[in-house]
Amino acid sequence: MDKTISINAPLRNDMVRQLKSGDHVEINGVVYAVRDAAHKRLIEMLDKGEELPFDIKDQIIYYVGPCPARPGHVIGSAGPTTSGRMDVYTPRLIELGLAGMIGKGLRSDEVVEAMRKFGAVYFGAVGGAGALLSKCIVSEEIAAFPELGPEALRKLVVRNFPAVVIIDSEGRDLYSSGRRRFQHVFAQNRKM
Amino acid sequence: MREIDVSHIIDTVERLCMQANYELNSDIMHALEEGINREGSDTGRRVLSELVENARIAARERIAICQDTGMAVVFIELGQDVHIKGGSLRDAVNEGVRRGYEKGFLRKSVVSDPFERVNTEDNTPAVIHYDIVEGDRIRVTVAPKGFGSENMSGLRMLKPSDGIEGVKAFILETVDKAGPNPCPPVVVGVGIGGTMEKAALLSKKALLRPVDRRNEDERISRLEEEMKELINGLGIGPAGLGGRLTALAVNMEVFPTHIAGLPVAVNISCHVTRHAEAVI
Ligand code: SF4
Repeated sequence: MDKTISINAPLRNDMVRQLKSGDHVEINGVVYAVRDAAHKRLIEMLDKGEELPFDIKDQIIYYVGPCPARPGHVIGSAGPTTSGRMDVYTPRLIELGLAGMIGKGLRSDEVVEAMRKFGAVYFGAVGGAGALLSKCIVSEEIAAFPELGPEALRKLVVRNFPAVVIIDSEGRDLYSSGRRRFQHVFAQNRKM
Repeated sequence: MREIDVSHIIDTVERLCMQANYELNSDIMHALEEGINREGSDTGRRVLSELVENARIAARERIAICQDTGMAVVFIELGQDVHIKGGSLRDAVNEGVRRGYEKGFLRKSVVSDPFERVNTEDNTPAVIHYDIVEGDRIRVTVAPKGFGSENMSGLRMLKPSDGIEGVKAFILETVDKAGPNPCPPVVVGVGIGGTMEKAALLSKKALLRPVDRRNEDERISRLEEEMKELINGLGIGPAGLGGRLTALAVNMEVFPTHIAGLPVAVNISCHVTRHAEAVI
């Protein structure tokens, strides 16, 4: 089995460039939980020329909307949501220095292009493993937009958070290379 | 005529919301465990082991298997000899969902309006499907549905001349396009026939059937097996990272249809396909 690389967040640009599609990593440090509604808010703030609630340079965003915590727990179940819904907002954040994203599922060409141009990496966490992943989150605080409930912007501290590099800063994509190794049936995408 | 007070319905729905979200059904658990032995990809095996471990943690600590605890889809089979007293059936179901999601530390994922998108903060309203059946009991099934997989579902009104080949191609195309998004290994619910909405409802109901039980009609059960083979040849694999196990099962339901049509609905569901039921 491939060895696991330990990385620290925030993620410096030289580290971003070293990570390769297919690498198994464990993430340590601060990541920001941001999903659909909070992304929309961030972009609206940028449009109005306002300052973002956190300095996005070198940060990692985790696409997650966790469950409420049981008493005595840091956080409830907290696995990744589908990243593609954030694609319309992402290139602009990458341009501002966003270094990493944790999510699941396909990204658009525009996102991959921005990742190559400015240097960013896309990590996949296992979708549906929210109970397991919640154990790697050691603190949670609401950093902005508390009125959004599960979609509020959260500052999380993670320890040994397991992920895989799906798309690296050169645009290599594990979803397609992984699939190619096992695919022997091909769907015909017909027109109606 | 048997009388049932709404308080029983509230309590039942509350309990089922929690049970469905904490306890992975045993048929799926077995399919994941078996998958570990058969999966050809190291990463795929690692993912499947994590999913099994995840389900054990969730059951032990009574926390959600997945943070997307879904929109609550509730099927009510109401015996025609039942009289419900103490309030409305719909209010009772919604109250049960409200309590279950609040007391169960489950995420509230419902917005009040598709455009305004303000969270209702109690995961209501539920999507409720009623069926009037014989007898004096109520069967309640709670099937919380996550949207990572719901968003990858599709429906197509095929022509009768498209036949079985057209149906197969559409199912394959839908799963292929979904790729890693719906948290594979997936369960694929397929509804064939009826009208547009009937096909969609059949595809949702198909997901209530355990993954190790095939359609009783042998012709359909063979088609289910064949489609599962084809889908697993797509190479998507656990978490979409490449591998042999993409679908745990393909569950199909069919219904008579119109001389001019062949509706097909494909409802994709993830490896936490949830449903819990009780009879009152
Ligand atoms: S598709 Fe299923 S496993 Fe994936 S995030 Fe949604 S509910 Fe969870």
